[in-house]
Order: sequence, then structure tokens, then C-alpha cells
Amino acid sequence: MLRLEPRPEPSRAMQALTPLAAVLLTLLLGGLLFAALGKDPVAAMRVIFVDPLLDGYSRTELLVKGTPLVLIALGLSFGFRAGVWNIGAEGQFIMGALAAGAVALAFHDVPGLWLLPLMALAGILAGLGWALIPAILKTRFNASEILVSLMLVYVAEQFLIAMVSGPLRDPQGFNFPLSRNFHDSALLPLVLEGSRVHLGVPVTLIAVALAAFVSRRHLFGFRSRLLGEAPRAAAFAGVEAGRMTVICLALSGAAAGLAGMFEAAGPAGQLAPSLPVGYGFTAIIVAFLGRLDPLGILLAGAVMALTYVGGEQAQYVLGIPAAANETFRGMLLFALLAVNLLVHYRLRLVRRAR
Amino acid sequence: MSLLTIEGLTKDYPGVRANDGVSLSIAPGEIHALLGENGAGKSTLVKMIYGLVRPDAGRMTLDGRPYAPAGPAAARAAGIAMVFQHFSLFEALSVAENIALGLGPATPMRGLARRIAEVSAAYGLPLDPDRAVGTLSAGERQRVEIVRCLLQGPRLLIMDEPTSVLTPGEVETLFATLRRLAAEGVAVLYISHKLEEIRALCDRATILRGGRVVATCDPRTQTARSLAEMMVGAVLAPPARAGRAGTRTLLELRGLTLPAPGRFGTPLSDISLTLREGEILGIGGVAGNGQEELLAALSGERRAGPGQILLAGTDIGPLGPEARRGLGLCTAPEERLGHAAAPDMTLVENALISGLVRMRLARAGIIRWGAAAEFARAIVAAFDVRCAGVDHAARSLSGGNLQKFVIGREILQRPAVLAVNQPSWGVDAAAAAAIRRALVDLAASGTGVLVISQDLDELMEISTGFAALVGGRLSAVRSTAGLTVDEIGLMLGGAAEGGDDAAA
Amino acid sequence: MDLAALDPLLLLASLLAAATPLIWAAMGELVVERSGVLNLGVEGMMIIGAIAGFAAAVATASPALGFLAAAAAGAALALLFGLLTQILLANQVATGLALTMFGLGLAALIGQPYSGIKPPPATRLAGQIDVMVPLGLALAGAVWWFLARSRPGLILRAVGENHDAAHALGYPVVAIRLAAIAFGGACAGLGGAHLSLVRVPQWTEGMTAGAGWIALAIVVFASWRPARVVLGAWLFGGVTILQLNLQALGLGIGSAWMSMAPYLMTILVLVLISAGRSRAALGAPACLGRVFDASG
Repeated sequence: MLRLEPRPEPSRAMQALTPLAAVLLTLLLGGLLFAALGKDPVAAMRVIFVDPLLDGYSRTELLVKGTPLVLIALGLSFGFRAGVWNIGAEGQFIMGALAAGAVALAFHDVPGLWLLPLMALAGILAGLGWALIPAILKTRFNASEILVSLMLVYVAEQFLIAMVSGPLRDPQGFNFPLSRNFHDSALLPLVLEGSRVHLGVPVTLIAVALAAFVSRRHLFGFRSRLLGEAPRAAAFAGVEAGRMTVICLALSGAAAGLAGMFEAAGPAGQLAPSLPVGYGFTAIIVAFLGRLDPLGILLAGAVMALTYVGGEQAQYVLGIPAAANETFRGMLLFALLAVNLLVHYRLRLVRRAR
Repeated sequence: MSLLTIEGLTKDYPGVRANDGVSLSIAPGEIHALLGENGAGKSTLVKMIYGLVRPDAGRMTLDGRPYAPAGPAAARAAGIAMVFQHFSLFEALSVAENIALGLGPATPMRGLARRIAEVSAAYGLPLDPDRAVGTLSAGERQRVEIVRCLLQGPRLLIMDEPTSVLTPGEVETLFATLRRLAAEGVAVLYISHKLEEIRALCDRATILRGGRVVATCDPRTQTARSLAEMMVGAVLAPPARAGRAGTRTLLELRGLTLPAPGRFGTPLSDISLTLREGEILGIGGVAGNGQEELLAALSGERRAGPGQILLAGTDIGPLGPEARRGLGLCTAPEERLGHAAAPDMTLVENALISGLVRMRLARAGIIRWGAAAEFARAIVAAFDVRCAGVDHAARSLSGGNLQKFVIGREILQRPAVLAVNQPSWGVDAAAAAAIRRALVDLAASGTGVLVISQDLDELMEISTGFAALVGGRLSAVRSTAGLTVDEIGLMLGGAAEGGDDAAA
Repeated sequence: MDLAALDPLLLLASLLAAATPLIWAAMGELVVERSGVLNLGVEGMMIIGAIAGFAAAVATASPALGFLAAAAAGAALALLFGLLTQILLANQVATGLALTMFGLGLAALIGQPYSGIKPPPATRLAGQIDVMVPLGLALAGAVWWFLARSRPGLILRAVGENHDAAHALGYPVVAIRLAAIAFGGACAGLGGAHLSLVRVPQWTEGMTAGAGWIALAIVVFASWRPARVVLGAWLFGGVTILQLNLQALGLGIGSAWMSMAPYLMTILVLVLISAGRSRAALGAPACLGRVFDASG
């Protein structure tokens, strides 16, 4: 019979291999799911995971979809390592987009080079401020940051609807709950001709490098890890849990807010209730799939972007519903959590004891 | 005639054979000692008897019939009861609920309170069935465990290190209860490494070393020294005592008072002491009387009011751990894994945990990993820490080696004052001796050392002064020279009364 | 403004009905948490219950069979969580999140053919009150009795307080927790089915709209006590009904603003109940969310 045996220390090989194993396991399970839907699983997998890599435009779309995922996941990773569970990044993303959009619309008539930096600042501050609510309620009133940050997602969604139905609605928009299109100087410049790859993509790559440095070399990276792995040892070391909670939430909120600004000033170009498509939630999976490591997150973001780009293709080509991709992403997180066991334990075949 | 006979029990764990062909027999009415160092295999053996662990080889018979319990319930049904070293109690539940959980499903809750009252009166173990266990002292908790066992009418009672949490007075009461049970025909398997206790209580002793039985004897005919040598397998040399204390005051506590940290913690009340250079001050007392809280107040994990803690005249009460280390106060908490060290982090990372400030392991927030690795290697070399390398997880070290690392990490920082809690708890004799030696050497170099320990022998061996911590209050400090066991018992008992008042 | 629309009896009935899905989901989660397990996947289990119940009721034309299917589906999803957290020792917070994401996706997938369909009508006792409303109250009573008075309930609490001690006494910690998790999933599934079969009644994607998360907050608000779960659910039911009625009255406040009310209320309640108290002081089980590993 199979028996679990604790390893004397976490296996580094397994830490690197388990995300790969999880992806393979998900492909298997996803294939079964597609087969159950009456679709050819091999064709579905090819459309989702291979075709986007072969086509030039799809490749650039991977960068567009991967950017918010990676940026948000980077911010979340420090908190997740410290045991601070911000699961409301979607709300912070919305608030960032909304604030940036509000700035863009407010200065619609006075375009200038200063507008984009101002929008980015507004997006960052809005996301950060939205994340500070659970941070302060946690440290001051001991309220669960999980529940508060999540509740604020619903509030932010409704707030966005209220804004685009009210003050920010396009006056010439036939009463649709949409803002008008941003002025050109409120749109992120494209860095690749003939694609939607915007300035946010290189900025996110810089953020990856910066996060990698902080996580490996800076005391903040070490302290967040220590706090999550051994809270009492962290207290002994002198790490203040309350302060770390605030910093981690603020950091993840700022990243999500900036991602929201990128989305509003990039692919969207206007504010609409359909702007949030769940990047804030998917980024949680990206963070875990990347093992909370910045470089891992970059790879995981690429894989997950495939499920967006390829998933859209699969909708058109094979009629696979969008919900299937959502299910698929849930499966991936399940698979990852399941195989994660192998980092701390090994499976041993043992003869049954008498 | 034998009640329980064990033949050739063997149990393997990954990388270690915990029990290797262990055989022994216990007769009804016998108090049988199981003696051995930490890691000698005592716990594994009794877990097999109690059905918590299945042996890989060997067999047991009870009343001459084969006995192979599938689990603790089967062991209890066969008449075997066990009092654990770390109590298996539920703090938020009442005494009666705790006892009901340890009895079979057939026991009705109705009438249980009355039976508890009867049994506890009969054996001199007073208990209130309705109190939450979390509010009880360690001695009272043990009573809950014992009454729970007695209600099952056991024929064999296993006691795992029962006196480690008791005051000398409580130990006497426990012994009276056990002798009475033995007189009624109950067999007792008594696990301990305290030699004087075993000589006073037990009829027979089985001595384990490295998972094997190395001797069986009548402990009453042995000396403590001969028992110790059987247990350790070598002749022990006592370390030299610390040198004289200097005159300069390094650490001063002035009426240190802190509320209890949680629902079941101990408040510290009005603790005052002074520690001079070169002095080793021993603080004795049973666990759960404020030891952990005192260390947390010293380390800075919990802040004290202004003017309550002074380091070389500087008020450090409101400062956090890093600032205190910077000023020269280093500490080592009791729990190695999870508190003093992060289990899954490497020794290098663990060196950084407390060495950051004094060893200057970071500059402008950027960690100097090279310097941290060097510091970790220095600890490993200076304190003979056996490990596969400093890049391995703290969890992969044995208890003794990790403890040497944790204590060594603080000593190598050359602190002005070092405060440690249970420096040799649960480590083998060789590591314990090395740690005590290092503390004595550190004091000789001028550091003021504060040792909190439950092990009175340890404190008598190394410290220059002694005080008792009971119920969060500290007795006056006495010089250890000429201090007798009776006087220590009085200090622990005297302070205990004050503690009970505070708790009531 | 037409105040006649606010008939107190009708309001009370709709409050009871609105609170029912929350009572079922929160009562199930309460049992799970008292056994020491934190399952954040309530939202996912509810929505799976909502679609499974809906689909089964449409297929069989029997709301009763629909509820049965909802309970089974909720329990099945919960056992997936159980497998991961209890046997494969995965982090409970992350697994609960995965359960919610997976449940939302899977429910949307299953539900595609069902949007716009009317389910078979559930038997009403009076007005909006169906049999699940009194059954929900009975469930609260039964859970109270089970935890406070029965021996299995005592064992379940013991496992939640100190799993190592329970293990040492020979209680099957993992099996007990799996049973609690399955029960919690079945209850959440029934709560979801009440939404899709009785309250709304139809299937729309994401129709639970955070009710599962509110149920989690209610358990904290209730300090892990059954009677207070009912109170909490009524409170939230009341806020929902009030908000809907005020929207119907047309006070000129945008509906988006009014829709924020239950979520803001949840935050407010969490703050008020948690302020200045540790989780232990609130009555949280000591082992809540901690991994139990018998092999070490």
C-alpha cells in the first residue's frame, strides 16, 4: 500500500516540478471535461494551448492578457507568502481602472503628456486605498481580511456600474452605461505595431525583475516569508505582523490598481461594467502556480494567458463555452494543491503491516 | 505471574530504529520504571503498548493471551490506561467533558459528575467537573488525566514523565496515589529520566538506550550515579561552576507587570530582579507559571511599560526585539522549532533571524547572504552542530543539534545579557552538557546570563543565584551556594500560594 | 411613495424566505468549522447546489428530487475539498478558494441550457414560505442539540479544539472531519437550491452573488453558535428585503448603490463583532484551519 512519509526538509526539485505536474494533470482532467461536453479533447487542447503560440497576433495577445495577471499576482505573492490573504484584488483592479478612467475623462478637453502618469498615480492610489480598508479593519478591529477584501469586490463592481450609469456616462451614449472613449493622450502608447501590446507590458516586465530582487535580496522579502512560514519565529525576530499586513495589502492593492489603469488605458479605452473579467481572481491561481516566486509567476502568467487567448479561440472554433475555461482554471488550482503534497512528503510503497 | 509481557518489539522510522527487540514484563501491583534518555525509545515503546503505533516485529501478551491493540480504544478496553506527558486535554471543554471523551461510548454523561467526585475524593485528587480545563494549573490538569484513567478501572496505568510539570509537593501527592493503586493490584509503568524519583517509587526498572534494553534492575539497590551511567553508557563528569559575579549591573527588572497574553496564559506580576556581569541567575518553577511570558517580555516580543526593564541603565521596556539586540540583550525561547527557528528555512536563513542586527547581516535593507552563511558556518563549527550543511532546513537537524545552533547563534553575538528558556529541554545528555558548558563560559567572559528552567538539577549545577517563578510572580533571589532541596521546595510552594490566590 | 406595499406580514414572510439559504449554508459551515476545518468554498458549493437542484428538478419535474440532487452535489464538491485538505494536506484557504472558482465555472458550464427556463413550482406553505424555511429552523435546533448535548457532537467539538489530543484518545480525526465537510457541503447545496428553485426561481449565472461568503461571515458573527447563526441570517435577510423594497419604491437612489448594502453590512458586522477580541475569545475552535498530520 502507498504511505505518506514526511520528508526531513522540503524538496526543492519538487518545488520546481510540481507546477509542471499540475499543468499536465489539468490537461488530462480538462480533456475529460471537454470529452464530457462532446468535444474532441485533443482538438480542444490544440486550439487552447498550441494554436495561440503559432499565430503572430495571438502571441501578442498573450502579452496583453498576461500583463494584468502577472502584475496582480506579483503584488499578491508577498502577502500570500506572509499569510496575508488578499482575495479582493479584483475589487482593487476595478477601483484602479475607475480612478484612472475618471482622471482621463475629467481632463478629456486638456490632453497632455502629464495625463498618463497622473492616471497611473490615480490607479495606484485607488487600488492601494481600496486594499487599505481590509488592512485597517484587520489590524485595528481584527476583522478577517479574506471576507472584507472579497466583499469589497462586490461593492467595487456595483460602484463601477453606478459611476458609468451616472456621473461618468457618455452624454452621447444613448443612455447605455458606458463612458465615452478616452482621448488619445489618455491611451497607453503601443510598443508593437499592429498589435494591442501597450506600454504596460514592458513596465510589468520591469516589475517582475524588481520583485525578484526584493524577494531574494531585500529584508522585506525575507520577512514576509518568515512571517508566513513561522509566525512565532517572525515575532521573535522582530517582524511586526500588523505592519506587514498593512504593507502587503497596500502593495498588492497598488499593483492591482496599476493593472486596472493599464486595462482601462490599454485594451479597453473606456469604462464599462464589462471591464473586469476576473483577472483579480485568476491572478490568485497565477501566484500559486508560480510558487509565489516572481519568475515563476511570469511563466505561470504565460500559461494562464493561454487559457484566455486560446479559450476565446475555442469558443469560436469549437463552440466550447467560456465557462469551461473558468472550470479549467479552477481545476488547475486544485491539481496544484494536490501535487503540492510531494514537496513535503514522499510516497512510499510499503508492505502492509501485520 | 505476569500481567503484560513484551517480546522482541521492533519499530523502524525513516532513518532510525526507534525500538530494537525490546522485551520486558510487568506484574500486577508492580511499579515498573522505564528509564532512558530522550530519544532512547521510551515513547515509541509505550505508544505501541497503548495502540497508537503498530510494531514492525515482536509480540505482546496480556494475561498470557496475545495482545495486539488496533488503537487506543482497544487498549483501553483491555484495561490499559495512559497519562500523556503532553496532556491530551481540550482547553475549551469542561473537566467532565474531557473525562467523558476518554471513556468508552457506553459511558452515560448523566451521573458522570458524581462518579468523578467519588473517584477524586477517594484518591485525594480534588476536581471541579464544570470548570474549563484551560483555567486549570498543570497539576490540576494531570489530575484530570489520572481521574479519567481511574474511571476506566485500569489494570495497567502508563505514566509518561508525570512529574516534569509538578512542584515537589505535588510529586509527593502523586506518589501516594500511585502507591495506593499498586497496593490495589494495578500495575504502573512509570517513564522518567529522573533517577531519584525512580529510586523512591519503583520496584523494578528497565533501562533503554538507543532503542535497546541495556539493563533490568531493582532501582532501590542502585545509586543515582550507577543508574545514570547505565542510562547514558558513559561516565559523566560534572561541568565546572560559573565564576564569581562582578559588580556592574547589566539587566534590571523593576516591577515588571504584564497581562496574560491569551485566554489561558499567565500574567506577570511585579517581577523585580538584577543581573550583574558574569552572573548566571537561575529561574526555576514548573512550566506554565509565566516562564514563556517572562522570556517574551525580555525578548521584546511583548513590550513592557516604561521603566520596567533596564539594560545597563537604558530603559528598553518599549523597544522591540531588534532594538534590544542592538543594545546587547539576546534571548533564546524554549520552543526550538517554530519559535527560535523557522522549521522549513535553512540554517543560513535561521542565522539571519536573530543575527541580523548585531552581526550586520544587511545593509540598507539588502541582505548580505554571504555574511549570513559565514555566520551560520561559524555557529556550526563553534558548537559542533551536526548537520549536512548550512543550506539544509532547520527541521532536518536533531533536537540536540538544533538547540546547540539556537543557543550558539545567540552566544556568538557576544551579548551583554543572554536570557534562555529551557536550554537543554529534550536534548541528549552530551548536547545538554555542551550547552551548559557554553553558558558557563559565556558568563565567565562577563555576560550576564538568565536561565529559566524546570530542571532544578541543571540550575543548581550552573547558576550562581536562584529564584522561583510561580503563578507569574518571582521569589526573592537566593545564592545557590548552600541552597537545599527542601528550601527550593519551600520557595516553589510559598510562591505557589500567592499564585493560587491570583488565579482564584 | 406607496407605503401600502410594505405590509409587515408580507415583509416578515419574505425576510424568513430570504434568510433561508443563508441559514442552510451557514449552519453547514458552522459544523465544519466546529470540527476545526475552514472551508471557504461555501459560495462554490452553493452555486453547484443551485444548478444541480435546478437541473434535477427540471428533469424529474420534482422539486424534492431537485433538493436531493443539490445536497448530493454540494456534498460531492465538499468531499473534493476534504480529499485535498484532509488526505493530501493542502492549505485550507487556498483549497477553499479553488473550490469556489471551480464551482462557479462548473455551474456556469452545466447551467448553459437552463437559462430562461422555469423550474417546477415548489410547494408553498404560505406565500413565499416553502418547506425549506421551517426545515432550516429545525436544522438549527438539531445542530444545537447535536453539538451541546450529544456524544458525537462532543467528539466533533473535541476534534476541532485539539486534533492531536483527539487522535491520541483514538478518535478518527480525518473521518470525523470528512463527515462534517460532507454535511457542510450538503447544507450549502440545499441553500443554493433554495435560491434557484424557490426564491428566484430560475437559473442565472453567478446567482449566489456572494451569499456563500456572507454565510461565512455569519458564522463569525454568530461566534460559532447555532442560535446566533439564525439571528445573523435574519439580519442579512432583512437588509436584502429592505433594499429590494426600497428599490421597488423608487427613491431615486440608483439600484447599484442599493445593491452594495448587504456587502457593506457584512463588513460592518464583521468589524463590530471582531473588534478588540481575539479569535479564541470569540469562541473560534482552537484548531480552525490547521493541518492535521497523523504521520509526523
